[in-house]
Amino acid sequence: MYLLQIDGWFILEKFILIAAIVTTALVVAMYSTYAERKIAAFLQDRRGPSRAGPFGILQPLADGVKLFMKEEVIPLVSNKFLFVLGPMLAMIVAMMTSAVIPWGSTIDIAGRQVPLQIADVNIGVLYIFGVVSLGVYGIMIGGWASNNKFSLIAAIRGASQMISYELAMGLALIAVLMVTGTLRMSGIVSHQIENGWNIIYQPLGFLIFFICALAECNRTPFDLPEAENELNFGYHQEYSSMKLGFYLFAEYINMFISSVLMATLFFGGYDIPFVNEAAWGDAWWVGLVGFATLMLKAFFFIFLFMWIRWTVPRFRYDQLMNLGWKKLMPLALVNMLITAVVVLLLQK
Amino acid sequence: MTSLTNRKTQVERKPMTAMEKLYLPAIIKGMGITFSHMFKKNPTINYPEQVRPFSSVFRGLHILNRDEEGRERCTACGLCAVACPAEAITMEAAERQTGEEHLYREEKYAAKYEVNMLRCIFCGLCEEACPKDAVYLSQTFAPANFGRQGFIYKKEDLLIPNPVTDPEGFAKAKGSIPQAK
Repeated sequence: MYLLQIDGWFILEKFILIAAIVTTALVVAMYSTYAERKIAAFLQDRRGPSRAGPFGILQPLADGVKLFMKEEVIPLVSNKFLFVLGPMLAMIVAMMTSAVIPWGSTIDIAGRQVPLQIADVNIGVLYIFGVVSLGVYGIMIGGWASNNKFSLIAAIRGASQMISYELAMGLALIAVLMVTGTLRMSGIVSHQIENGWNIIYQPLGFLIFFICALAECNRTPFDLPEAENELNFGYHQEYSSMKLGFYLFAEYINMFISSVLMATLFFGGYDIPFVNEAAWGDAWWVGLVGFATLMLKAFFFIFLFMWIRWTVPRFRYDQLMNLGWKKLMPLALVNMLITAVVVLLLQK
Repeated sequence: MTSLTNRKTQVERKPMTAMEKLYLPAIIKGMGITFSHMFKKNPTINYPEQVRPFSSVFRGLHILNRDEEGRERCTACGLCAVACPAEAITMEAAERQTGEEHLYREEKYAAKYEVNMLRCIFCGLCEEACPKDAVYLSQTFAPANFGRQGFIYKKEDLLIPNPVTDPEGFAKAKGSIPQAK
């Protein structure tokens, strides 16, 4: 059986891959905080952090040190177990999605074909949906365990927002699955390499998916769970020190992962546009070039996320629900229907 | 009602068109505006490294002047203290002893000369009142301090560097007094 073909090298290879991807995600998230501040500054005619190191590039490290040095406060009235669990859950769930993303094609190391993907499960998209849905628990548990009305309101808002936007997101994805005909992430990418990127077939689907991704990551204009002018600080109101850092950090990891996801599902993953990589043969660097391409696409989306954050003001709560249920959901349904009809007609 | 300014415009209340209801064109337009700001020159001055020059008539901290031989010009006549509307200047006069001719220009000098920078309004009337060219307002301002006592500037704080022993410091301090150039 294929599943049992596991040897020591396989386990080692996966361990190294997991370590590398977790490190990449953490470093990217760390420097996203820096990029966020710099881009915000540039968009507002300011300079941004410039003190720690040249151009302020050590700023994330300084922030990290600051967060570690802060006093750890756990409110007396809080549920301590859940209070500690909240940020952990937010962080773990944010990292877990990266398991099924194909980060590149295969690399040839000493005769072994090493795929740059932790788990090539045949229900990759479903797995992502399952994990993303879990993401709401980090917010919900953190907000509830704080025993603070603002945290609780923010957590409830966050939960209902995430659940509402997951629907439209899933419907937009079903159209993509109809086009590619597979739930396997690597299958979706190879389909795009052969037949052109999904954005060509699913522009509306991408738009819906992108808007929902903004809402899922709690980014402006959908950052209602942390609307600081109405809820003080949102669901992490009572958190301090590195627990707060974990919440803030999980947001940036989420942003990075959903950027990679968008690149993978709609923009060909590690495919380099207008270049036939297959002609390069099996050189060892082909996989790494693919990885770099994917990262470039992801960085563009991260930039887009930030660009939107510093342009568009926050939605009102009823507007948010209105958009999610009355606009995006029907739109995604229509998109799904049209895709289904076209796919059916083309197959005949 | 007539408007006070002629900039009043009537707010449009007409319902939005289908295109406007999409919001996307407006959002993309807004994003274009913010993106164009990425390439604009920003007006920031990196303060401790770069200092914005004051105007040539800026009135800052006081300086007690010396003559070319390094003698204090102030004779403790008290005209500056009288002219001061904020009563920020306090002084005590003393008589010059023999052997101190290289220190003080006239027979009488200020043994104590204090300016309370918290009281001072930097109007420059002391500068105008001084008959001996002794007090000037420079182009610097009082740095922040934790205690009130730190804002009472003594004679040692106010005196310009001696042009005989410290010509460089003197020239630098002199450069900060535009009127005395």
